[in-house]
Amino acid sequence: MPSNSSPRRAAVIGSNRIPFGKAGGAYANATNLDMLGAALSGLVARFQLQGERLGDVAGGAVLKHSRDFNMTREAVLGSALSPQTPAFDVQRACGTSLETVTAIANKIALGQIDSGIAAGVDSTSDAPIVVSDRLRRTLIKLSRAKTLPDRLKLVASIRPGDLAPVAPDVAEPRTGLSMGEHQALTTLKWKITREAQDEIALASHKNLAQAYEDGLFDDLITPYRGLVRDESLRSDTSAEKLAKLKPVFGKGLGEGVATMTAGNSTPLSDGAATVLLGTDEWAAERGLPVLAHVVDAEAAAVDFVRGEEGLLMGGAYAVPRLLHRNKLVLADFDFIEIHEAFASTVLTTTAAWADEKFMVSKVGLPPLGRLNPAVLNVAGSSLAAGHPFGATGARIVGTLATLLSRAKQSRPDGGPVRGLISVCAAGGQAVAMILEAA
Amino acid sequence: MSDAYLELVNSGVTKTLAKKLGLPRPAHLRRTDPAAVDTPLIPGRALVIGEGPDTDAIARTLLGWDLDVHRNVPDSPVGAVVVVLTDLTRPEQASQRVLALGSVLRSLAPGGRVVTVSRAAGPDDEPAVAAVRTGVDGLLRSIAKELRAGATGNGIVLGDQISPDAPSAVGALRFLLSARSAFVDGQFVHVNTADGVAPADWTRPLQGRVAVVTGAARGIGAEIARVLHRDGAQVLGVDVPAAGESLATVMNQVGGIALQLDITSGDAAARIIERARSRYGRIDIVVHNAGITRDKLLANMKPDHWDSVIAVNVEAQLRMNEAFLAADGLSPDGLRLVSLASTSGIAGNRGQTNYGFSKAAVIGMTRALAPRLADGAGTANAVAPGFIETEMTARIPALTRQVARRLNSLQQGGQPVDVAETIAFLASPQAGGINGEVLRVCGQNLVGQ
Repeated sequence: MPSNSSPRRAAVIGSNRIPFGKAGGAYANATNLDMLGAALSGLVARFQLQGERLGDVAGGAVLKHSRDFNMTREAVLGSALSPQTPAFDVQRACGTSLETVTAIANKIALGQIDSGIAAGVDSTSDAPIVVSDRLRRTLIKLSRAKTLPDRLKLVASIRPGDLAPVAPDVAEPRTGLSMGEHQALTTLKWKITREAQDEIALASHKNLAQAYEDGLFDDLITPYRGLVRDESLRSDTSAEKLAKLKPVFGKGLGEGVATMTAGNSTPLSDGAATVLLGTDEWAAERGLPVLAHVVDAEAAAVDFVRGEEGLLMGGAYAVPRLLHRNKLVLADFDFIEIHEAFASTVLTTTAAWADEKFMVSKVGLPPLGRLNPAVLNVAGSSLAAGHPFGATGARIVGTLATLLSRAKQSRPDGGPVRGLISVCAAGGQAVAMILEAA
Repeated sequence: MSDAYLELVNSGVTKTLAKKLGLPRPAHLRRTDPAAVDTPLIPGRALVIGEGPDTDAIARTLLGWDLDVHRNVPDSPVGAVVVVLTDLTRPEQASQRVLALGSVLRSLAPGGRVVTVSRAAGPDDEPAVAAVRTGVDGLLRSIAKELRAGATGNGIVLGDQISPDAPSAVGALRFLLSARSAFVDGQFVHVNTADGVAPADWTRPLQGRVAVVTGAARGIGAEIARVLHRDGAQVLGVDVPAAGESLATVMNQVGGIALQLDITSGDAAARIIERARSRYGRIDIVVHNAGITRDKLLANMKPDHWDSVIAVNVEAQLRMNEAFLAADGLSPDGLRLVSLASTSGIAGNRGQTNYGFSKAAVIGMTRALAPRLADGAGTANAVAPGFIETEMTARIPALTRQVARRLNSLQQGGQPVDVAETIAFLASPQAGGINGEVLRVCGQNLVGQ
């Protein structure tokens, strides 16, 4: 729906996240529920939401224990929010919390609610371990068995091989390839150089470190378990250091073509992020700021299974469609946030946007033109901050809304100040969103 | 931060033993029950000693609080004694009242109170008048040292022409009688003006007020936030971003707002003002609690140890005060500033040249701000804690800590809540006539005044 015909736009009022930890790092013993609770607690304290009954809370995690079936509602019950605040869980892989922002924003735009929180969390340190299917079936039968002989028979049927746990992995179920190996194929196809990828990684660390120095995160982050800054951030990294790292993905694709290293690939992370949304009126009644409005969002998916498209190229489709619907071009945006699943994801996506042949033949829309690197991920992104799958979308919305608000304040008489978000996700998916400074 | 010695001498066999050996026996102090604030106000009946209109006025005030007020020494124990000395003109006139007080001290209830009410000596006084007025100083401080079982002695000193019915005289009397002043001992509260207003509800005197508390994430600051909230205030808690997790927890307990910022940054006050204006429209109270220690003997002092203490403990306050005072319409009823000084700033402390300098500087700042704030119906006061049981004092070596705890008339360390109670009083509407004061919360520490 074009923005100008929308009944009302949801306001991004503020956000809070915990610093993102490295897998097995500061949050090694924290659960998804712990981290989501901590991020919510900081949000409640920052915006004085104690005892408030909000319209809805949407949250989600990608790696989720079955006991956490009602995770977000449990987090609300453990928070200082009114226990009458409802909540639901959502999952769209790495796009999870951009999807929760969309869900809450849509409810607000439709007049169903006046306020809500969109959140996401993930722990790779506390990932669920699954037992083998054979063992699981036997255990279910065992719980139903009525007589002792029946039970003994079932126990006797368990074989040593059934006991091996099944750990979660990031391989695509339909191709068996890891996300990194998929992206290595795309990197090769678009002829993305190692230097260009390292440049993206270096900028991510430098920009994130600078944003911390500038106090950008004072109102966006609440420390947790002694962690004050993102654990993956290397403010002292350099092009030389990044250049020394050995490639880890695409090593089987041929001699000397592997370019993706641990330095230009996102690390496994733990963390949680939240965004407070509402109507302008709801915010004004409480003396709360409106940083930005949610203009529109778009999800896309590509056919990566048969090799038609790269796994993480969804953004090359979602963004052009979103911009076309809103009659906008890349040059209309002051800030562009592209989730750095890998440095090369950013490069292949933006290369595709500029490629006339690709755009016309695959997306069916005119090319978007070249991206101005000065507006890209100006406060760092996932390579430096880390990427707890479910939390990344909410992290980006919180940061971008603050950047937009600051930019608007520095030129109050200028035109609209806009921001664009693109987050790729497993399963060949992507979610994109437009925010505009209030 | 528990005091094992205090527990030992108050229970079982060790209690008997300590009694026989004549060891110091610190008592459990009477403190405010948040579920029943000021109830009871004093642990028993009240005795008012004195004659004349001032004594009558004070007795009426106590009756107004539904206390069992006696004008003559009763046969049974008393919870509080108020000795009115405002009308004395010669030292010899004190005899009867002081001796009457002496006759009831043995029957003073545990956690009881002795409060003197006298007049300030001035340069124009007759020598005999100045003598008796100043004599009260040594009298009260000596009485306080004789009291036992958690009882305390404090004085109210009325300025020229100030009636005992003045809001701050009444407010100070109530504060000193109540459990709120548990660790205030051997101190005088000077009531300089008839300013201030009695609160509609004495148990929630800060109703409708907006308070900013720096360093609110833990220790004394967190307790200040809790007590201000208990007394009715809305709290904006400030602390450095690194302390954000505990700041959020405290603010969620008190329904307040967490603001993460470094008070030494140039825009700190502007951000506090912006946040308070947008959410509450005003700031009534600012509590400068944030402070750091970087202890070193001066001979070993490093520049950053000295400079960081001065920057946080006093320079930041000076800068922020300028902004608060310059902000139009920020405090419609007058701004109430309360700063944390320290007994180290009064008596000095080995290894704390930087801290002592900064805390004495806070006292100087407070006194200089007082007249400026009075112009806008505000006040500036300071609280000087003695040995308080906090994470900071828990790091003192065990033996030194045990000794430090006993070096006051109450023979124990104070609790963060004791400091918070005094700050809440100085920030209250009834304390509007108390300005430029440095009130010690030290259990009558042996060092300094």
